[in-house]
Amino acid sequence: MSVLTTNYLTPTGREEAWRFTPLNRLAGMHDGTGIISERKSLALKDGSQNGVRVSRVPRELIAPQSYSDDVIVQRIHAESDDVLLVEVASNTHVSDVIHLHRAVGGLDGTELSRVQISIGAHSTAMIIVENRESAILGEDIEILLEPSSNLTFVTLQEWSEESIYAARHHAIIDRDASFKSITVTVGGSLVRILPTVEFSGPGSSADLSGVYFATAGQHLEHRIHIEHGAPKAKSRVNFKGALAGDKAHTVWIGDVFIRATAEGTDTYEVNRNLLLSDGARADSVPNLEIETGEIVGAGHASTTGRFDDEQLFYLMSRGIPMEEARRLVVRGFFSEIISQIHDEAIEERLMTRIDGELAKAGH
Amino acid sequence: MSTLDIRGLEVSVITEKGAIEILKGVDLTIRSGETHAIMGPNGSGKSTLAYSIAGHPKYTITGGTVTLDGANVLAMKVDERAKAGLFLAMQYPVEVPGVSVSNFLRTAATALRGEAPKLRTWIGEVKAAMNALNMDPAFSERSVNEGFSGGEKKRHEIMQLELLKPKIAILDETDSGLDVDALRIVSEGVNRAKEANNLGVLLITHYTRILRYIKPDFVHVFANGHIVEEGGPELADKLEEDGYAEYAVS
Repeated sequence: MSVLTTNYLTPTGREEAWRFTPLNRLAGMHDGTGIISERKSLALKDGSQNGVRVSRVPRELIAPQSYSDDVIVQRIHAESDDVLLVEVASNTHVSDVIHLHRAVGGLDGTELSRVQISIGAHSTAMIIVENRESAILGEDIEILLEPSSNLTFVTLQEWSEESIYAARHHAIIDRDASFKSITVTVGGSLVRILPTVEFSGPGSSADLSGVYFATAGQHLEHRIHIEHGAPKAKSRVNFKGALAGDKAHTVWIGDVFIRATAEGTDTYEVNRNLLLSDGARADSVPNLEIETGEIVGAGHASTTGRFDDEQLFYLMSRGIPMEEARRLVVRGFFSEIISQIHDEAIEERLMTRIDGELAKAGH
Repeated sequence: MSTLDIRGLEVSVITEKGAIEILKGVDLTIRSGETHAIMGPNGSGKSTLAYSIAGHPKYTITGGTVTLDGANVLAMKVDERAKAGLFLAMQYPVEVPGVSVSNFLRTAATALRGEAPKLRTWIGEVKAAMNALNMDPAFSERSVNEGFSGGEKKRHEIMQLELLKPKIAILDETDSGLDVDALRIVSEGVNRAKEANNLGVLLITHYTRILRYIKPDFVHVFANGHIVEEGGPELADKLEEDGYAEYAVS
């Protein structure tokens, strides 16, 4: 164990990037007062697979492939003990899901975790990261997609109630590669994820989907940043959230930058929030900056609303009781995204959890 | 034998400018096996009558009573009205994204019957109902009303009517937006439900053309929030000829 060093610009909460985050609940990850605990929690859940290599490598041997101005990410880059490497060879179709999970949990000290995933050229894979333990964890996951590769990346934040998770999930997508992510955040006291994307080659695409459900006291934050620097890249963002209970707080930021070099960009992002009770707060801030007019399309939408009375009336007029109708509507709201996981057991587990959150919230 | 009895029903909606009275004392009795057509110009309050009976929260009952076999419908929640045997086929059925038709129908049938229908017989029931209405089997995996054409929405409403077997059905402009073929198919569905369950029907329409397929026993002309004239099927023929001009107000 060692004390985090403090030679970084410690956020005060006034910075744009930190203005929504309750810094006092970050267990000192942002200001260096947290105690590091080398837990090395992330591990392969099932046995090894052909064409997939999972290993731990000393930090010095693997340089970060991207820069981040996020102080926690910087700290992880500088101080994590090692890097978990997940490598898919080139020209490989990985037929089974690569399942990662937390082999150890714990709330004693802060884990700083660095992960690098690389998908070789012309390869296809799906990765599911299950986060179901207790953790105080700062994590940087870099995902490198080589040309014409294809990755579906699912992360399930089903953390315990006390858990704190501050992470960047950063994809670097090369020519003609496509990245699809599904980010599910339902557990944890404070979760702050930066799902970020940079396109390093033309013809690449990113599809970022996510769902989150915050109940009393939870702070769930997703700050998307998509950097369109390469031409003819396509990005889609679709995040859906629900909130119920006192001081349930969600934050969704959707920053999309289309640089002058990114001609032929096609981007659209949407965030929809369902407020299921009083006392909850959903912040939703889409932001689009465009430096070239030579694009295919760029747009965004953001809505925050309550239950649709017409939907409830329609269902109830068929004899379905109010609570059941609400459950159907909420399940339906999330199913658009959750059904894309294509894993029945996980989908049902998440839906059951969502039913439970809704029931807890009452009305 | 069931009776839906509407007595002196007065209904308002609350708007920014205050309460606006829409129904001004409606009296109507519908018994099992009877078909009543309510006809009237747009804005006369026909749909308000339908939604008030079904319990839509937008409408405030300010006077009168509605009973089904003596039970006070106005005191029931929306789902309780359905359980009591009322059904409203809506003019604009609501989209419920992410909820499949099959899940919706089974949830409704479970709620109304008090137990989940046996899977095997249920699948057969749904298939038969869809077949009868000329619906593609793939339909049941789509989200409720989402992306449905006007005709599909109405068929879906009538499919529910056949599956959920209410005692009294209110059909709110079920004919609107239907071409001749769809109108015939939908009407046949209503007639099947009448025959099978001795259904009482309150058919709300602006036009007489649906009455060629669904024969009314009684025709009521609705204007300015109440019934202004009543008669047999011949009254519909008169409306076909003369329109609503003589009932026009203001």
